[in-house]
Amino acid sequence: MISINNLQKKFGARTVLQDMNLQIPAGQATGIVGPNGSGKTTTIKSLLGLVKPTAGEIYIDGKSIEGEWDYRRNIGYMPQVARYPENMTVGELLSFIKAMRGSRTERDSELLSYFNLESEVDKRMRALSGGMRQKVGAILAMMFDPQILIFDEPTAGLDPKSSVRFKQLVHEEKEQGKTVLLTSHIMSEIEELTDYLIFMVEGRIRYHGPMHELMKRQQEQRLESAVAKMMEETAA
Amino acid sequence: MKALTILQYQWKDLLRGKWIVGYGFIYLLIADAMIRFGGAGPKALLSISNIMLLLIPLVGMIYGALYLYQSREFTELLLAQPIDRPTLFWGLFGGLALPLALAFTAGTLLPILYSGMIITASLRSILLILLLGNVLTLLFTGLGFWFGLRFFEDRVKGLGFALVSWLFLAVLYDGLILLAVFAFGDYPIEKPMLGLALANPIDLARITVLLEFDISALMGYTGAVFNRFFGSAAGITVAAVCLLLWTITPLWRGNRLFLKKDF
Amino acid sequence: MRLLTLIIGLVTGLILLGSVEITQATQVTVSKDGPLTSVQEGIEQAERGDTVRVKEGRYVEFDIRIRKPVTLLGEGDVIIDGDSQGFVVVVEADRVTIKNIGVHNSKAGFMDDYAGILVENAHHVLIENVRLVNNFFGIYLAKSEGTVLRNNHITASGQRETNSGNGIHLWYTKDVEIRNNYIRGHRDGLYFEFVDGASISENTSEQNIRYGIHFMYSDNCRYERNTFRDNGGGVAVMYTSNVAIIDNHFADNRGSSAYGMLLKEINRSTITGNTFENNSVGLYMEASSRNRIEKNRFSQNGWAIQLMANSTDNLFHRNNFLANSFEVSTNSRQHFNEFRGNYWSQYEGYDLNRDGVGDVPHRPVRLFSILVEKQPQSLLLLRSLLIDLLDAAEKFMPALTPETLIDTEPQMNSVS
Repeated sequence: MISINNLQKKFGARTVLQDMNLQIPAGQATGIVGPNGSGKTTTIKSLLGLVKPTAGEIYIDGKSIEGEWDYRRNIGYMPQVARYPENMTVGELLSFIKAMRGSRTERDSELLSYFNLESEVDKRMRALSGGMRQKVGAILAMMFDPQILIFDEPTAGLDPKSSVRFKQLVHEEKEQGKTVLLTSHIMSEIEELTDYLIFMVEGRIRYHGPMHELMKRQQEQRLESAVAKMMEETAA
Repeated sequence: MKALTILQYQWKDLLRGKWIVGYGFIYLLIADAMIRFGGAGPKALLSISNIMLLLIPLVGMIYGALYLYQSREFTELLLAQPIDRPTLFWGLFGGLALPLALAFTAGTLLPILYSGMIITASLRSILLILLLGNVLTLLFTGLGFWFGLRFFEDRVKGLGFALVSWLFLAVLYDGLILLAVFAFGDYPIEKPMLGLALANPIDLARITVLLEFDISALMGYTGAVFNRFFGSAAGITVAAVCLLLWTITPLWRGNRLFLKKDF
Repeated sequence: MRLLTLIIGLVTGLILLGSVEITQATQVTVSKDGPLTSVQEGIEQAERGDTVRVKEGRYVEFDIRIRKPVTLLGEGDVIIDGDSQGFVVVVEADRVTIKNIGVHNSKAGFMDDYAGILVENAHHVLIENVRLVNNFFGIYLAKSEGTVLRNNHITASGQRETNSGNGIHLWYTKDVEIRNNYIRGHRDGLYFEFVDGASISENTSEQNIRYGIHFMYSDNCRYERNTFRDNGGGVAVMYTSNVAIIDNHFADNRGSSAYGMLLKEINRSTITGNTFENNSVGLYMEASSRNRIEKNRFSQNGWAIQLMANSTDNLFHRNNFLANSFEVSTNSRQHFNEFRGNYWSQYEGYDLNRDGVGDVPHRPVRLFSILVEKQPQSLLLLRSLLIDLLDAAEKFMPALTPETLIDTEPQMNSVS
């Protein structure tokens, strides 16, 4: 269960999140959509503690995350633009994170073969293509089998084949009862992977609820049209 | 445990960059040359400390800021992991400052050892130089970190600030003091001068070196203020306390910035 | 026949002389157990040439006068304590020997120069192995010739110049030998005025309030292998010609007017093989001319040499200058002395032809020393990068430093 109460974030004079209130039950897959700069990434980073809120609280499983760090043990995060130490090889990176977390998981090798990255293990991060880095990001997010999975534009740099394999994996995770949070500009992806939807504009939540209800309300068959319609409404 | 893992990684990374090895080598070459040509006496130690006063602030501040920029990816990767920010901060700092300090110590100490200077020269002077070099490394790397965090989004600004700060602290500041001395020399300005000198960490380090190597000249000065300051334990005590403050303050500020920072 | 008479006469004469010597060289013993308990009485009872043996113990007496050539010899731990009443021992006769005793607590005074041992108008006196403790003046020689002071230990705990006299004080004396004495805590360790032809060697004079040695108007003296350290003002040598100062050690004299050695109006003298170490000013020269300063070692002084412009025709040759804050400073751009073949650790030149001599001359006067001369407070900027840059610029294009004060043959390595 993730609860966000009256969350506010300002970068200098610019308000990015305003009075956000949000409850995400455990085991629920939620998509976050909204125009560019609506605060999706900031919301996610606030959850991770990467961004420090100006006001408001965030609770995960009933515990405030302020000043906490151990809760991240249960969160897997795949950032929008994955940046890793350039001099590290893929293998080193994975074993470094494992050593740091004191984990002996072997899921990383499973995932490496799942994404066909086995041959890249000894390559340095700087030698990897954007898509491959994304895959490494996906592995890092999922290798410790966390309860909460957060993906920020996960398939942006992936080729169609990898994209499909990735979505398949997320689907499996979801089936296992993981809480999934996903931002994407590809509505089909949202439709495919999540049941709930958060629609954000200018740092405010405009809609939060089951996806099918939104479509029903907007009298649209497809999510893309429903969202587009909602954007037009808010702009008006 | 986590900090150690981070340190271990950084050491490997730094060594791979070879930069740190080159840095140690500079000291090795200089110390070796100074001892070879200047004799194993106070002259060599003085030359080494002169180089140290020049190089450590410059390298510490610039590389301190640069390193933060370079390890931004690493920082962001780790921030999403179950690790607290203070550990990460000290891990980052230690991961740079300790190897720098080690490179300095090894580079300086090796020639002192194999030339036999450790036996012939004043052990107190040698220890003072080594200690001071290490403190200065921590101090100026910390300062560089603070610059880096202050201008985290603007590398050019951060590095420029570090470079200009060095130029200011190493040269211009003393120029201003010199001007002030000649402008207000007829007034009792010893106390403000001492205050000014202690307020600049490079001057502070320089004065600590003076206390060891030039005490005869300092004692020859005719003013009571300097004589009392340099002639007693007060001088070295005040200098040590100021150095400590100068080491702690940027790190404390930097740590606070780091804890509040949005990534 | 006459020859035989002569021989017999000579032999009898020698025998007689011998017996006279034997009868005269008797001994008088002074002891706490009696019968003689007073040193003065012992001396009174002794005949010329006698030895007065003083047994172990403390004898509280003052103004002990020795008016005939006797030997005063201590046996065991003998202390003559003047009890701050006056002089302790006064020697007024030639050929007196004082040996193996302790002389304590002369009176201190502003009007009279009270001393542990005063030798006045007496010649060929020997003072040896005497421990002088807490006297106003230690040993005071006035108008004495051929006197020897050897292996004495002279200490006082003087606090101020005004209530303390000198350790060894010489006034109008000639041909004196002062060797292996230790002096501490007096006003001046050694003080010479109008002394001629003295030899001062292997003495140690330290922690005196003013000078380790202070001499003036004392020509033809020779100072060898002495150590002068940690004295309030160092050493001051004035108004004298033809002295030899050789292999002495001047160290740890620190303060705003402390000098390893201060020379004032010293002419035609030799200063060779000395060590000047850790002094605020190693060697200060004022109005001194035609001296040779050779093969000395100046190490870690504030100023190795302060050379006033009224000193001329001095030669500085084959000295070593090691890690001094300032090598030479002066008060004028004019200068008429010669620096040649010294080793300067601040020399930054090169030696391309590898003959051991630097290819460019060395300028031992830094711009910074002139700045400090003008504004002493700027001393705080010593070793600053800014100052080093200024010095380098000045070396390249001298504008304020004496243009001719250069060493044309700077050595690449220290000279021995």
